[in-house]
Amino acid sequence: MADKIATREGFGKALVEFGETNKDFVVLDADLADATKTVYFKKAFTERFFDTGIAEGNMMSVAAGLAACGKTVFASSFAMFAAGRAFEQIRNSIAYPKLNVKIAATHAGLSVGEDGATHQCLEDVGLMRTLPGMVVMTPSDAVQARWMIKAALEYQGPMYFRFARLATPVMYDDNTSFEIGKGVVLKEGTDVSIIACGLMVEKALEAAEILNQKGIYARVIDMHTIKPIDRELVLKCAKETGAIVTVEEHNIYGGLGSAVSEVVCDEYPVPVKIIGTEDKFGTSGKPAELFELYGLSAENIATKALDAIKLK
Amino acid sequence: MNTQEINKLKLVAYKIRKDIIVEVFNAASGHPGGSLSIADILSVLYFKEMNIDPKNPQNPDRDRLVLSKGHCAPALYGALAERGYFPVEDLVTLRKTDSYLEGHPDMKGIPGVDMSSGSLGQGISAANGMALAGKIDKKDYMVYTILGDGEIEEGQVWEAAMYAAHYKLDNLVAFVDVNGLQIDGPTKEVMSAEPIDKKFEAFGFNVYIIDAHDIEQISEAVQKAKNKNGKPTAIICKSTKGKGVSFMENVGSWHGKGPNKEEADAAIAELDAKIKELEEKVNG
Repeated sequence: MADKIATREGFGKALVEFGETNKDFVVLDADLADATKTVYFKKAFTERFFDTGIAEGNMMSVAAGLAACGKTVFASSFAMFAAGRAFEQIRNSIAYPKLNVKIAATHAGLSVGEDGATHQCLEDVGLMRTLPGMVVMTPSDAVQARWMIKAALEYQGPMYFRFARLATPVMYDDNTSFEIGKGVVLKEGTDVSIIACGLMVEKALEAAEILNQKGIYARVIDMHTIKPIDRELVLKCAKETGAIVTVEEHNIYGGLGSAVSEVVCDEYPVPVKIIGTEDKFGTSGKPAELFELYGLSAENIATKALDAIKLK
Repeated sequence: MNTQEINKLKLVAYKIRKDIIVEVFNAASGHPGGSLSIADILSVLYFKEMNIDPKNPQNPDRDRLVLSKGHCAPALYGALAERGYFPVEDLVTLRKTDSYLEGHPDMKGIPGVDMSSGSLGQGISAANGMALAGKIDKKDYMVYTILGDGEIEEGQVWEAAMYAAHYKLDNLVAFVDVNGLQIDGPTKEVMSAEPIDKKFEAFGFNVYIIDAHDIEQISEAVQKAKNKNGKPTAIICKSTKGKGVSFMENVGSWHGKGPNKEEADAAIAELDAKIKELEEKVNG
């Protein structure tokens, strides 16, 4: 847990690493290459990098045209402008024709920090999840981000990746296995399941420690793929622990909590407490302070876990 | 071009026009006005200028067309059917639940459709992507796109225009169908984009202003674009919305509705007369 690396960094480095062997993919960015970290690819493979300028709508449809001609395309911007501004281009130009475009959205969530509400996208997972056929993933560390890019290059079809700005601890070692749509059980437990994604996985592990001290054994899941959700694992958690808490750096509507609830309601109803931003916009501040302010803290997760257990 | 060649392409254009009426009548909906105005452009592209093969619609070296004004699908489907991509008889199924002929172009289900389109402003960007792919792969195919004069009010069109010039996409040709009418009224009253030629010129395009219903002018403009001088080309086409059906010409309400039986019969009678006249000319 020594190193701190942002998931965007893992993404940027992975593009260069896999770009060496896979000569067929191209990368687009909308004047944010330094921030999204596509800058590494830009420097390594200048002839395969195309800046679209500050024009995200055009970028997404250009990506569609490239993909229609057989290219695998990574199109990168901040989550706000990728999923937000260009939503309809993604829907009609990319998702509807099922084109092989990988939308790499960075600076998602509250952890953008000081830039504040206009840049803290808390709706992107909901937006992307409603698009038929769209795969939606968010890594919990830079290692997982790398695996995702590797998996993306082997997968045909539209995908949305949610990366973070903030440098966070590396949790996985390079040899752990990874599969799209298969959640990772990080800690076994029997009383409650904490299903988290992205930077909230670390908080979930901390919460499990707090609960452990109270004699409550929480299972912790890293649900890196939000769509298609790991239905089997969610149901296993419902059946074996009888209560679930979800944690995400996203509005409580439309994201991981919704995805988990849909599965649970459909097949094996148990209490589900959804932790996320509670239908609010973000605000400027340090990421750690914002997590506290919006209830994305280990303490709050532990409290909600106890609430969920009471409802069993 | 000789007269015979011109008449042959005119004939195709009128067959496409008849197809359009048949389609929107059977669908009892759709967009005849703007479809009729681009029939000559599609005739010249699909029957003369484009390097395509209906038997091999996915050939990676083919020229491509993106109908950015996707609501004019009836015209595109007419052209593709006449060219042999699918049976002309299927055109009556336009917009039906069990038909592959979607209300707007669908690249996954319709042979010959190079890009799904219909949400205005996105087609020219997708055409950019295709043109860029051609440059990356060092292929010499051309990419054509057709925009409406109402459509160019979308900001994305100008993002795309900037992009095409910046990346020197001289394999891109953007037709702008200037028929002067959009849903809410004349473009000059709703939202004027004039001067359209000057705007594209300022964005770095070669610009040609032509009569959208003059086969020779359409062909000549495309020929000039094919010279590829490092700049994308915009062909500003002065057209008549509803062209070829007298009671639809320049009447805004024919933008987005199908004719009733009586109207369809009248339109087809008028187009049949024109087709007969052209067939006689072509066949001597």
